Amino acid sequence: MIYQPIHALADAYRRGDLTPPAVAEAYLARIDAVDGRVGAYLTVVREQALAAARESERRWRTGTPLGPLDGAPIALKDVLCTRGVRTTCGSKILEGFVPPYDATVVERLRAAGAVILGKTNLDEFAMGSSTEHSAFHPTRNPWDLTRVPGGSSGGSAAAVAAGIAAGGFGSDTGGSIRQPAAFCGVVGLKPTYGRVSRYGLVALASSLDQIGPFAQDLTDAAHLLGVIAGHDRRDATSIQAPVPDYVAELARGVAGLTLGLPDEYFIDGMDPDVERAVRAAIEVLKSLGARVESVSLPTTKHSLAAYYVILPAEASSNLARYDGVKFGLRVPARDIVEMESRTRAAGFGAEVKRRIMLGTYALSAGYYDAYYGKAQSVRTLVRREFAAAFARVDLIVAPTTPNVAFKLGEKEDPLSMYLNDVFTIPGNLAGIPGVSVPCGFSVSGLPIGLQLLGRPLDEARVLRAAYAYEQATSWRTRHPELP
Amino acid sequence: MTEPGRISRRPLPDRAGLTDPAPTTYDVVIGLEVHAQLLTRSKMFCGCPTTFGAAPNSQTCPVCQGMPGVLPVVNRKAVELAIRTALAFGCRVNPACRFARKHYYYPDMPKNYQISQYEEPLAEDGHLEIDIDGAPRTIGIQRLHLEEDVGKLVHEGSLETAQASLVDFNRSGVPLMETVSKPDLRSPEEAATYLKAFRSVLLFLGVCDGNMEEGSLRCDANVSLRPRGSTTLGTKVEIKNLNSFRNVQRALEFEVRRQAQALDAGERIRQETRLWDADRGYTRSMRSKEYAHDYRYFPEPDLVPLRIDPRWVDEIRAGLPELPRARRQRFVAQYGLPAYDADVLTQSRALGDYYEAVLREPAASAGADRPKIVSNWVMSELLRVLPGDDERAIETSPIPPHHLAGLLRLIDDGTISGRIAKDVFQKMFDSREDAPTIVGREGLTQVADATALGGIVDSVMAANPKAIEDFRRGKTAAKKSLFGQVMKATGGKANPMLVDRLLEDKLSKIQR
Repeated sequence: MIYQPIHALADAYRRGDLTPPAVAEAYLARIDAVDGRVGAYLTVVREQALAAARESERRWRTGTPLGPLDGAPIALKDVLCTRGVRTTCGSKILEGFVPPYDATVVERLRAAGAVILGKTNLDEFAMGSSTEHSAFHPTRNPWDLTRVPGGSSGGSAAAVAAGIAAGGFGSDTGGSIRQPAAFCGVVGLKPTYGRVSRYGLVALASSLDQIGPFAQDLTDAAHLLGVIAGHDRRDATSIQAPVPDYVAELARGVAGLTLGLPDEYFIDGMDPDVERAVRAAIEVLKSLGARVESVSLPTTKHSLAAYYVILPAEASSNLARYDGVKFGLRVPARDIVEMESRTRAAGFGAEVKRRIMLGTYALSAGYYDAYYGKAQSVRTLVRREFAAAFARVDLIVAPTTPNVAFKLGEKEDPLSMYLNDVFTIPGNLAGIPGVSVPCGFSVSGLPIGLQLLGRPLDEARVLRAAYAYEQATSWRTRHPELP
Repeated sequence: MTEPGRISRRPLPDRAGLTDPAPTTYDVVIGLEVHAQLLTRSKMFCGCPTTFGAAPNSQTCPVCQGMPGVLPVVNRKAVELAIRTALAFGCRVNPACRFARKHYYYPDMPKNYQISQYEEPLAEDGHLEIDIDGAPRTIGIQRLHLEEDVGKLVHEGSLETAQASLVDFNRSGVPLMETVSKPDLRSPEEAATYLKAFRSVLLFLGVCDGNMEEGSLRCDANVSLRPRGSTTLGTKVEIKNLNSFRNVQRALEFEVRRQAQALDAGERIRQETRLWDADRGYTRSMRSKEYAHDYRYFPEPDLVPLRIDPRWVDEIRAGLPELPRARRQRFVAQYGLPAYDADVLTQSRALGDYYEAVLREPAASAGADRPKIVSNWVMSELLRVLPGDDERAIETSPIPPHHLAGLLRLIDDGTISGRIAKDVFQKMFDSREDAPTIVGREGLTQVADATALGGIVDSVMAANPKAIEDFRRGKTAAKKSLFGQVMKATGGKANPMLVDRLLEDKLSKIQR
């Protein structure tokens, strides 16, 4: 039952071949067996999961399941607030923080009958691309335990890849779902900004963050998105637009769709295995009837710089609340100023501090226009460029990352780490949806991801094209051999 | 902008005990920033109640506690009340405005940033007309914007010696409207007058309860001096913690003297924030410009720009009530009231409404002096038992307007005397009953039966031979004494005019 997609589990539940408690037990047992090596989870909620699975079993038995997700064992990135279950953001400063409320996404998943197995690891406060920078422990890539799973949602990606969650959720601020999905050989979807409520997602950069699913295949991704998408009155930035039936749209194929191929996404220094796999995938899409034409997104090269002003600026503000006064870590001191500064000094890791300082500087009086203001102008250009491209093409097709998973400790220099997200960041700046779908392996056997980007709120078309590719290939049938 | 003072490490004043007379060689330039808590049932960005005085932290939720992952949602009612106020001040309501984050660290602020408005406020460019020594003055209003209030620190013992402080987040997230005046005020007295007029408008609009003691209305002042006649502004000093009209005036008077003395001595004024200490009567430095916060404002990414539908603005404009100044002028013109009465009766909307409601009730006789008589009753009796600026107290008065009108009718038709009426008024206030009920039950009806009264007058005259003797000798004062005796004998219920006539009659028959 491990490595069965969620929709297949639902079929088995319906037929009575499997029961949710049996599946949950199997997943929990496998977590015990392999997660010591992978390190995908920060918290496993065994009893809660089994209780939820038993309730799900009752529903399936009485023919009243809550939908295709009923009884699906899933993992949540530890930035999604869970009532009564600690939510750490991978940071010492929130160790022991137990939210009194569920994120909207978590609420909707529970209402759909999903069985939450636990909370997964991440780079502290989602700042990173390797999941090495968790305050607790690094997560390893199930395909090669000496390599990183990508990040920041590396825990959820690794959990799905390692067969210790049937599906998972992460947050994508600059590629934090798509990049680890590519590194771990699973499907990862970043929806349109505003498609999914951010209420209860611990904020990194509010104008960029978006929650999305990790899945074993596109059908699951469509199911998972369908459950979490839609307007939420608790999130003023969530969009009031009807949620289409993403699953029903999947089978419509790519024939007649025009795919744009941006020159700027094939750069010097990128892994030749990645370029080869992506170009081969494009050939497959063409063979399925898609037209491919070249598009130009020249502002791509400025995206990284703009992103690394906007993100730290918003993060420095969002992270101001962690001061030891109300929740999480408190380092006692003589007075309030010293208490706050000691708490923050002890509670935040180096990368978090670096970004808080960068962001504080960028927002300072006298520098605001030169940094934050300028970065927002770049953002507007990026958005316009995509809009112009999407006037000609239906989707943009590109590699998800320039390279395959790198070794733990390989990228000591923050800048080389940042460069990992060069193909995913523009999508966040523009607020458009994007998916990473497995499109092959490197010579060394590491997964490669194909990225498809679409118009705002056009997730259905993004998923449909990715599905057509997935159905024409068999990459999803390969799984890592965990020792 | 709302912000608690950092604890000063130097509690002593810079220049205490200034007593010199106010300067004559400087012009005073004052601008006021007023923060008003809006009368919404729920908070600015969450659904928590805004009731004052509840048990600490009982009116909080993850949003107003600034927990990780929460998001703000704008309270539509707060926007409506702010637009209402903006229109009353003749401001331009911007078609779109934005919220911004204002950053500074303080433990009563859960997120360590306040959601406020910065570059794109809700409304701009209005004014408030005030009367200074009977002459009208127009004070400009620069901007009006919305923001959230912070929590409250509770110290164990005094601030200086406290071993611990507790935070109460009940107030955190309560909607605040900040209104910044232009630097058009020219004296501490004008500043106090402006604030009074401002508060009165808020009360009329029903957007704020105006309670300065409970902090529903707070005021900071910017004050600078410049050589008389100069057109350039001097260095301004901000004064915080002005929590009453009296304190606004006292603090500004102190500050004007302090600055004048410094300038006289050839010193330069430091741009700084000073805290008014009402107990000791001076301002002391809180922080100077070098230590001023860099608030690192940036547009609040969790909220989309607020678009204001012009039709909504029109609707709100159509529902605006008559404002204090207009009503005051109307009371003088329409009812012939003295300016003083009109002033008192328009200190709140409820009081003026009350007054007019009494006037609308039927009267026994429609004399031209009725508006003044009703005004007298409202000012001297009603305001003796109720605070006139408390909308709720007036609206829920135990004596509703029709009860007061009923009482006045009993005086008019001679059922009771004016003196008895004052007792009846008190009884009406205590029991919430109407005047006829009390008068009937307690037998307070005036004795106006000439036969019955005649008998009493006769017996009083018989029992006071000395008074009669005095009267016969030409001491007319004796009549007054007899009058008093008759009133006493009837327990004050005798119709005084009738008693007077009877006495006159009977005494005239006595041979002088």
